[in-house]
Amino acid sequence: MSMINYASREINCKIVYYGPGLGGKTTNLEHVYQKVAPDTRGKMVSLATETERTLFFDFLPVDLGTIRGFKTRFHLYTVPGQVYYNASRKLILKGVDGVVFVADSQIERMEANIESMQNLYDNMAQYGYDLTKIPFVIQYNKRDLPNASPIKDLQAQLNPGWPVEDAAKQKPGPDPWHQGEFLVQQVDGTWVEQAPYFESVAVTGDGVFDTLRAVAKLVLKTLS
Amino acid sequence: MAETSASTWSLGEDDYRRIVEHLHALLKESNGRCALLVDRAGQLLAHAGEQLQFDPTSFASLTAADFSANDQLAKMIGEPEFASLFHQGEKESMYLADVARRVILVVLFDQRTTVGMVRLRVKQTVLDLTKVFDEMFSRFAGGAAPGGGVLEGAEDEIDKLFGG
Repeated sequence: MSMINYASREINCKIVYYGPGLGGKTTNLEHVYQKVAPDTRGKMVSLATETERTLFFDFLPVDLGTIRGFKTRFHLYTVPGQVYYNASRKLILKGVDGVVFVADSQIERMEANIESMQNLYDNMAQYGYDLTKIPFVIQYNKRDLPNASPIKDLQAQLNPGWPVEDAAKQKPGPDPWHQGEFLVQQVDGTWVEQAPYFESVAVTGDGVFDTLRAVAKLVLKTLS
Repeated sequence: MAETSASTWSLGEDDYRRIVEHLHALLKESNGRCALLVDRAGQLLAHAGEQLQFDPTSFASLTAADFSANDQLAKMIGEPEFASLFHQGEKESMYLADVARRVILVVLFDQRTTVGMVRLRVKQTVLDLTKVFDEMFSRFAGGAAPGGGVLEGAEDEIDKLFGG
């Protein structure tokens, strides 16, 4: 629920990092916190257990620049990844403007990724939000590990795409982040759109800002 | 029909002024220290009263989470909602109340007043603010662009800011 505050000249947007437990959602936020200038970020709040597992959410507000005299303030949230925290996970999605799904690339976490993606679609649907219509990007994290699945397999399992019904949109849509690839394309005679994806190693910060910039840009474009 | 996303809305300067006037009136009558208005997604909309000694952005996100969690607890025990919450501290306390199912009014107060007084005055402010928000959202429903077209035609600037 983007909120444009004319009194404080701010555009406030909410971005939620979703995904399976121990996939790197909190690590994404921690990297953003460490790297952005202190005067452009607020305090990072973590509601975590004693073993540093996210219990309710992590929260980090960041300013990503000014457009037309309005500060663009993004409120970044993570959800708890563990399956049994679904009630609190669902609450965090309320009023979301953009979603980042942080997938764990390790082969043995494929099932957990699929389960979490299904859970995301279900929870969004319960609020009446359509994940195929709101800014949504997928981040394949832990690309540095030897047991990481190939991107092709992850894309096939987690980002197969959805049919494009609107005739006006049924034309090849290049992927601006991957040269030579397409976000909208024809597959077996059907026009299909996929979410943009990014590769990352969140512990070193690789791909973290690419992901954030992409989702932030998509969110602001919904206002333009 | 499924929403494409949570809807955008805006807070104009006139609406903001009216809201802050109501908050000031509430503080004067209740003797509270300060009042904040937070939306259900956790964004701070307005503040009146004493200077805040904490990070208001974090406070707003935690307030929304607190209210959402309690909403679910209410449903579990068969209540549609808890329209208000009271957190009692040794010196400082806070009282939270729902406004039009869209925003949350928070009053921080100390021993200079009582929870009974705050609760009594908040009731009237909730009615006043509900009127403001109902009017605001009926304007949007009537076709006024909630974003006010603030970024209309700004694609190039957005590209410049984020690359690509």
